[in-house]
Amino acid sequence: MSDTAAALAETPAAARAGEGQPVIEARGLNLTFHTNDGPVHALKDVDLTIGKGEFVSFIGPSGCGKTTLLRAIADLEHPTGGSLTVNGMSPEAARKARAYGYVFQAAGLYPWRTIEGNVRLPLQIMGYSRAEQAERARKVLELVELSGFERKFPWQLSGGMQQRASIARALAFDADILLMDEPFGALDEIVRDRLNEELLKLWARTGKTIGFVTHSIPEAVYLSTKIVVMSPRPGRITDVIDSTLPAERPLEIRDTPEFIAIAHRVREGLRAGYEDS
Amino acid sequence: MSRSLPVLTVTAVLIALWYLAVIPMNATWEYDQARRAGTELPFTEMVARTMAQERPVLPAPHQVVIGLYQQTVGCDAVGRRMCRETTPLTVQGFGQRVVAAFTSNRSLVYHAGVTLSATMLGFLIGTGGGILLAIGIVYNRAMDASVMPWAIASQTIPIIALAPMIIVVLNSVGISGLVPKAIIAAYLSFFPVVVGMVKGLRSPDAMQMDQMKTWSATGAQVFARLRLPMSMPYLFASLKVGIAAALVGTIVGELPVQEGGLGVRLLSGSYYGQTIQIWAALFAAAILAAGLVGIVGLIERRVLARMGMKR
Repeated sequence: MSDTAAALAETPAAARAGEGQPVIEARGLNLTFHTNDGPVHALKDVDLTIGKGEFVSFIGPSGCGKTTLLRAIADLEHPTGGSLTVNGMSPEAARKARAYGYVFQAAGLYPWRTIEGNVRLPLQIMGYSRAEQAERARKVLELVELSGFERKFPWQLSGGMQQRASIARALAFDADILLMDEPFGALDEIVRDRLNEELLKLWARTGKTIGFVTHSIPEAVYLSTKIVVMSPRPGRITDVIDSTLPAERPLEIRDTPEFIAIAHRVREGLRAGYEDS
Repeated sequence: MSRSLPVLTVTAVLIALWYLAVIPMNATWEYDQARRAGTELPFTEMVARTMAQERPVLPAPHQVVIGLYQQTVGCDAVGRRMCRETTPLTVQGFGQRVVAAFTSNRSLVYHAGVTLSATMLGFLIGTGGGILLAIGIVYNRAMDASVMPWAIASQTIPIIALAPMIIVVLNSVGISGLVPKAIIAAYLSFFPVVVGMVKGLRSPDAMQMDQMKTWSATGAQVFARLRLPMSMPYLFASLKVGIAAALVGTIVGELPVQEGGLGVRLLSGSYYGQTIQIWAALFAAAILAAGLVGIVGLIERRVLARMGMKR
């Protein structure tokens, strides 16, 4: 825990305000899907606390429940047991209070709306005034470095730029939590590296709490202050690793012994999960 | 050019085949006439005559074209006086004849206008009704389970059997004229709209619906901002089928009513053996249908291009 605190100490003031306060808390969380082949334990006895301003990655093989956990936090799935609170509220209340922005694996931009129109979409739904929509769209597009692309349509942009636009859309309404479900999974390695770097900068500037689902060990280690290793059948947490990496992370940090040591521990956690199941 | 060449080739082949078919179809009558007159009919003479009969079994293409002209802005359509006083070869004369043709009940222009008005009203009713039914089917479980089988069943009943009943029933409650024909047109045109719109309104995927939920969007917002825009390509595909179906429905509806329209021309042509009139009316209907489908296609291209949905 002291390592996380040390890492956070180097992030800007915005990120430190109220640091450590639990934002997401799961206690004995269970989620069972009833399928034709019988019940599937997507999540079993999950205990997890995510503090304000943390960057938490969920990693594990397919079927380990990492996406289900993220969706439960977002009130897109309903736990069948245990407790889950987001900002001290039920997930449903948190969703209605606009506590989080959610980024899906596909950018999911509407082809009939411009980039700006897409970013405005949640703002229109939430009833912001036109002037405020324009102002917020301008600000978040600047944040993801898409200024100048406001009038373009999604098909005129590359996959990486589309995903940046979808991140801008998730940030547009000032949610403190950003939930990302394999947002860069469909992109190539080079674009992915760049977006990872940009995401870290964005996190440092905004101080959001980020929940990030990924398949990639290097991605998880590079981005996170906390790595949650999960394993399947039933979906559960096998290890929670607090990163000892500094907040300032150039891409080269991936070659340092510290980085490799954390990656090794993640890999061990994943393997252990396979062995017990 | 790259597109018109194949189309022109096919058209030329069809016309050539048509001319070839005219000879055997009309030859029997010519040989019959020659035998009664006790004269010998040489082959070339017979071929020439089959192309110029007054009531041919199958009129030659040029006869249909001349018939189409005569029955739109030609002398048959606009009356003797107009025919004497104007010529269709000047812009002014042609304009005067077109204006006259709109009100002359011997002109296909007038009859096409009658058909068009009922078609458009029926198309609007059918499209509106189809969209409402589709919304009901998408949002209401009971309607989802019950409406579609009825909609499909409705299309299996021959419209020609149903049309007189609809007209009689509506007439008995005091509704006559344009509306009954439009109802029959709507009966045919609502179906493709229902099928297309149900598919279109359901086209957003699970991720898009989840995304709307993360923004706590209301049902009306999901409809207006996601389902409806996404259904547009489906709607336009349906409208093209629907407007052609509305035209067919109107023509069928005109048969028992006998208040003008292309259907009336078709029927009276067949009563009096005026095959050229039948074919001219048929072509007028085809041109009208092509025009209507073309207009819908044009609107479709504009709208979808504006929506960034390039095809």
